[in-house]
Amino acid sequence: MLKRTPLYDFHVSCGAKMVDFAGWEMPILYRGIVEEHLQTRASGSLFDVSHMGRIHISGSAAVTLLDKLLTRNVSQQRIGQSRYSLVCNPAGGVLDDVIVSKHAKHWLIVCNASNREKILKHITGVRDSAGFDAEISDQTESTAMVAVQGPAVISLLSEALDIDIKSMKRYAFENGTYMMSRFTLFRSGYTGEDGAEVIVSAGTAQNMVKSLSGEMSKPDAPIKPAGLGARDTLRLEAGMPLYGHELIESVDPISAGLNWAVDLTRDFIGVEPLRIIAAHGPAKKLVGLDLHGPRIARQGAAVKAGEAIIGEVTSGTFSPTLKRSIAMAFVDAARANDGDNVDVDLRGASASAKIVALPFYKR
Amino acid sequence: MPVPNDRRYLQSHEWHQLSGDIVTIGITQIAADELTDITYVKLPAVGATVSANAPFGEVESVKATSDLNSGVSGTVTAVNTGLIANPGLVNADPLGKGWMIKVKVTDPGQVAKLLSADEYLEKTGH
Repeated sequence: MLKRTPLYDFHVSCGAKMVDFAGWEMPILYRGIVEEHLQTRASGSLFDVSHMGRIHISGSAAVTLLDKLLTRNVSQQRIGQSRYSLVCNPAGGVLDDVIVSKHAKHWLIVCNASNREKILKHITGVRDSAGFDAEISDQTESTAMVAVQGPAVISLLSEALDIDIKSMKRYAFENGTYMMSRFTLFRSGYTGEDGAEVIVSAGTAQNMVKSLSGEMSKPDAPIKPAGLGARDTLRLEAGMPLYGHELIESVDPISAGLNWAVDLTRDFIGVEPLRIIAAHGPAKKLVGLDLHGPRIARQGAAVKAGEAIIGEVTSGTFSPTLKRSIAMAFVDAARANDGDNVDVDLRGASASAKIVALPFYKR
Repeated sequence: MPVPNDRRYLQSHEWHQLSGDIVTIGITQIAADELTDITYVKLPAVGATVSANAPFGEVESVKATSDLNSGVSGTVTAVNTGLIANPGLVNADPLGKGWMIKVKVTDPGQVAKLLSADEYLEKTGH
C-alpha cells in the first residue's frame, strides 16, 4: 500500500499523473515535465516534497550525537540556520545527504524519502551504542513539506505569509503562523532558483493549498504545481547531486565534489578514510558532460576516451533550459579535465561529449 | 484515452494501420503520455528491412529511452522525417502526425494477428 501525502487530493484535482516514488504515491507531472521546468525558471512552481523524511532530535546530547553523525560541524550552528551535510558510513561512503536545522528546542534533519528507514535506524543505533541522551522522533507523516521555487515566488510568499523573506539569508529559516497554525519557512531549494521550502502540519497544508488549486489552474498563474519529473531536470541543470545517482554508499563526498560540506578537522563517523582520500586526491571526480546531438545519456552509460572506459554516467537528460543533452558522470580523476572530448556509450551507439564544469545552469 | 479500432497493436505500445500492403507504425497515446516529453526519435532508413517482434528504432524522452518494435516484417518505404526537427509531434498527435514509419509488408495477413484495441487495453492493464 503506497503512502499518500496530505496533498494527495490537491494533486488529483490538478490532474497529476501519480507514480510510486520510494513507497509514496507522488505526482511525476501535471501538464508536462518540460512545461513545468520552464515555468519554474520563468516564474514559479510548487512542489510537494512531503515524502522527504523529517526527523526531530532533542535532548541534552543532541549536539554530541549530530556531531558524530554529520560531516559538518553543528556545534557552531545558530538557531534559525540550516546546513547541507552528509551522513557517512565508517568507510566514508554516503548513507544520505541531509539538511540539518537548529530550532530553539530541537534539531530537524530532512533526509531523502528512500533513505528514511535506513537513517532512522542508523541514528538510533549510534545513539544507543554510545548511550547518548537524545530523543529521536519521526515527524514525516504528521507534517507536510512544500517547495515553492522560481524568480517570482519570494515576493508573492512574503505577501501571503507576512514574512520578509527577502531579508532572510540563504539556508536561514523562520517560524510563522498561518490560519492559527505554525509553519516553518526555509530559504532553500533543489532547483537552482531562489525560493523557499515550508513545513506545516498535515491539516494546515490541505487548507493552505485548497484555496490555491483554483488560482494555480489559471493559464497565467505565477505559481503552478510541478512534479518530481521537473524537480529532477531542474536539479540536474543546477548540478545538484541526487541520492541513488551521484550519491550512493560506495561513493565518498570528496569524490562527489562535496568537500565544502565535509569538515575533516573534527571527528565523525567515516572521517579517517575521508582524510586519506582528501590527502591523496580522489580516484574519481564528478563532472558535467555536454553531449553533441540530441540523444540522452542514462545512468550507467560508459564514458570512454578512445577504447578505454574512463567513467560512468550517473544522471542525464535533455536540458529544457539549455535545449541540449546534458549528463553528470564519475570520471577517472586524471582524465576529468574541463574541455576534454570523450565518448558516451548510448545503448551500443556512441555520442561525443565534452567535459564541462558544473553547474550547467546558474540563475 | 483514444485507442481506435482502425488499427492493431503490440503490447509494447506500437500501433499498426494497414492500407493495401503498406503498414504505418507509431506509438499509442498511452505510450506517449507515459514517456512524457519526447526529445529524440531514432528511425531506420528508407529501404531498411524490419522484422516482426524486433526493434526498428528508439524513442527518448526526458524520462526514459525505449525500443520501438515492429509487429510486421517488410521493407521501410517512408519515415516521418518531421520527427527529427520536432520529436514533440509524437506527444501532440501520436496517432496522426506523430507516425513513425511505413512498411511494405511481405504478408498483409500479419496485421490481423496483432492485438485488437480491446486486447491491447486489457494486456496493458488499462
